[in-house]
Formats: sequence, structure tokens, C-alpha cells
Amino acid sequence: MTRVSTFAVVALGATALIAGCSGSPTSAQGSGEITVFAAASLKSTFTELGTRFEAANPGTTVNVNFAGSSDLVTQLTQGAPADVFASADGTNMARAVDADLVAGAPENFATNTLTIVTPPGNPKDIASFADLARPDTTVVVCAPQVPCGSATEELEQETGVTLTPVSEESAVTDVLGKITSGQADAGLVYVTDAKGAGDKVTEVPFPETSGAVNTYPIAVLTGSANSVSAQMFVDFVTGREGQKVLSEAGFAAP
Amino acid sequence: MRTRRSAGGLIQVGLPTWIYLPAAVGALFVIIPLAAILLRIDWANFIPLITSESSRAALLLSLKTATASTVVCVLIGVPMAIVLARASFPGQSVLRALVLLPLVLPPVVGGIALLYTFGRQGLLGQHLDAFGFRIAFSTTAVVLAQSFVSLPFLVVSLEGAMRSAGNQYENIAATLGARPTTVLRTVTMPLVLPGLMSGAVLAFARSLGEFGATLTFAGSLQGVTRTLPLEIYLQRETDPDAAIALSLLLIVVAAAIVVASASRRLASPL
Repeated sequence: MTRVSTFAVVALGATALIAGCSGSPTSAQGSGEITVFAAASLKSTFTELGTRFEAANPGTTVNVNFAGSSDLVTQLTQGAPADVFASADGTNMARAVDADLVAGAPENFATNTLTIVTPPGNPKDIASFADLARPDTTVVVCAPQVPCGSATEELEQETGVTLTPVSEESAVTDVLGKITSGQADAGLVYVTDAKGAGDKVTEVPFPETSGAVNTYPIAVLTGSANSVSAQMFVDFVTGREGQKVLSEAGFAAP
Repeated sequence: MRTRRSAGGLIQVGLPTWIYLPAAVGALFVIIPLAAILLRIDWANFIPLITSESSRAALLLSLKTATASTVVCVLIGVPMAIVLARASFPGQSVLRALVLLPLVLPPVVGGIALLYTFGRQGLLGQHLDAFGFRIAFSTTAVVLAQSFVSLPFLVVSLEGAMRSAGNQYENIAATLGARPTTVLRTVTMPLVLPGLMSGAVLAFARSLGEFGATLTFAGSLQGVTRTLPLEIYLQRETDPDAAIALSLLLIVVAAAIVVASASRRLASPL
């Protein structure tokens, strides 16, 4: 069953490839199904990009699997079938490249920086990164093992401010959850998370954040059975429409 | 079905031969993943991986909190089981269903429920906070989360033991003039002690493995709230070898508990 459908997808991909190479005046047509493995922080943007890509390329289906970048690389190295990988950091993309999972060179398509979020109205009057170190302030951050946590560590080194968080979460969404539920006075999350949370949090921007920029790379995978459509999706994300959707969500251009 | 005539003339029902095949598949379904972990262990670095500072802190915290949770479960679970098994009052079956709910609830839901009860702005938490007693992000929060998910295990085990033990000895003791507290202390509890022990062991094991409610409610900080399952989840991000080594450690501890409780159960009539 799996073999048959894999063959069908390969055949479709090959047909598309031949169509692309046959010198027809129009550009290559995407078709069939592609599976995109995308970092959890891309959930809302890539869901929308998938829908828009399908609308722009009738006959194409985009399935997106969201998880932490590190989990996605583990799934890929264990043989999970996917066509495109979009990582939340360079480290995990490098792991995928080292495992020979990536076809060609990864392309950077967005950047994200950290910001301070507090419960609505900023009850503890946090105004700067240094305020997070005040003894009467409970702060939640990401653990250094995950991308948002290593960015937090970089900021601490750069500013010389040492934080004593009450919790080091393993996902940025857990940090956000501790703030929206009012458990902590302040947390460090990505700009896009703060924007996505709307009025459930108050954002406190701080200038030092530019010292720890997180870059998101995207790449077509060697295991792709539909590399034409996969490449078209990558071009779509890095193109004008993709960049517009990303910037509306708070991502900056690479 | 085959039948066999035993020496006493009674007919004993034999097992249909085919049932061994699906049973073996079931056993392999559990055993193979455990073997897969063993095969993935980086034995050369196993000892350094499980004795690193963060691993030791997580194991120690897990043992401490699971012990505390078991004590909490025994203190409040034993009276609950006795009431559910022996008393009769309107709404009893509804109450039993509600009390056992955490057994089937996803732990993350339990964590959210605890957050809105004992959290800083929770139902009870806001009043505790006013007195300067803060549960969020403390080891107390871990114990609360573990007790919440483990309590039904103890209640179910003990209530089952009490029901199967029946109340004939209790009634006889009462007929002989023993007061209710004396009956409970000298007849009921010794009779259901094996059931209580296996319930406590189950509660301890469930506490040791608690992850979802802890992550949602207590947070994650080394030595304070980061128990062994949370440490495994975090290590997996950057150091899969450490995560696998710690998984084996947890399997060994869990297996020791199961074996201890099974041998106890075999030794007792209940």
C-alpha cells in the first residue's frame, strides 16, 4: 500500500520534472502532495502559507507537521517522510545538513528576537531587561537547551544582567502560558509569541534584544518525492507573499 | 476448547492453543520498545550521564516528591476508600466517579485545573498568596500535581480490597462489643493491609512518572521542580544519549517497584 502510493508520488514528481524540463514557455507547475516539517513557532504563519500556496497552485496539497525543531530533526533522521524542513534555528538545520537530509543549501527566510511579556497592564512596572533581575520579580524563561533559552543566555552575557528565573521551561509556549495565567511577573518570549497572545499580555520592548537574533532557515529535503513542488513552496515562503505573511506575524526579514 | 479431567473428577477447562499467539504479540509489544532503549544506551558514558549534577538533582527530587505524594495519598486516600466502600449515602456513585476522574483525565488537564485552583490567581491560590504562601513554582506544587494524579490509584486498590474482604469479621467484632474505631483499627485495616500496600506502591510509581500536570502547573527548575521525567524531556533537546540513559534509570526504578509489589501480592491472599 505504502509502496504503491510512494510510487505514485514519485511518478507525479517525475512527470512534473519532465514538464518543467520540456522547455514549455510557462513555468513549472506544482502538483501532488508535499509534507512540510516546520518549527512550532511557525504554526500560525505556515498554516496560512500552506493554504495560500494551495490556492495559488490548484491540485497541490500541503501537509504541515509542527513540533520543536529538535524533535523534527530526530523524526527526520528516524526516516519520517517529508519534503521541506523549516527550522527555528541554525543549529537544528545544521544537524539536518550533517545527517545528509538536506538537498542543496538552506535559505534563511525570517528572523525573530526576544521580548519581555508581563500580565496585562504590567503590574510590576518592568521597563528594561535589567528590571527582570529585581528580587521582587518572578521571571520565567526558556531552558538553555532550547533555542529561545540559548538566546536568553546570550542576552544575559551581553548585558551583564544575571536572571534568577523561578522556572526554565522547555518550550516558549510554556513561558507564555505562565504569563497569560498570571503565575509569573515577567517572561522572555519571541516577538511573534507576544504578538500572537494579543491583549492577554503586555509587551515591554528592550533595545538589547538585537544582540540575540534567531534566524529561521528552510530547505528541500533529499528524501522528497516531490522536489519540484517542495522547491516551489520554499520559493513561495522566501518570496514576496510569504514574506508579507511572516512580517504581519511579527517576524523580521533575514 | 479442550477439556481435561482432573483427578478429582472435576472438569477443568484448558486454554485454546491459538490464544498463545496474540498473547505473545501483546507481550512483545511491551518488551521490544524496552529492549530498543537498552540497545541505544551509550554504555561507555552511561555512568557519567546518570550521575551528572542535573541528573542527580532530578532523581533526588523525584524520589523526595514521590514519597511525599504517597504519604499525602495515604493520609487522604485511606479515609476516602473506607467511606466509599463501607458507607452508603445519596450521590455516592457520582462522588466515586468524580474522585476517580484523574485516573482517566489527561495529566495536562489536571495541571490546568490545579493551576486555576492553587495558582497565584487561582480559586484558593489568591487567598494563600495574600498570606504570603506561594505554591506556584515550588516543590509543593510538584507534590500537589503528583498527589492529584496518584490518589485514585490508592483509592481504587484499597476500596477493591475492602469490598472483596467483605465485612463479616467487622460485624462479628461489633457484635462482641467493639466500637467502630476499634473495629477499623484492629480488624479492617490489618485485613486490607496488603491492598493498602499495593495501592501505595502504585501511587508512588504513578507519582514518579508524573509529567504533564507537573509541567503545566509547577514549572521546571533544577532541584526545585524539575523531576526526572521533566529532565528527560529537556535533555532530549540537546543530548539524546543522556535522555536515553535517564529513561533506563526510570525504567529500572519502575521495574523494581512493580516486582516488589507483585511479589507482595503473590504472598498475600488478596
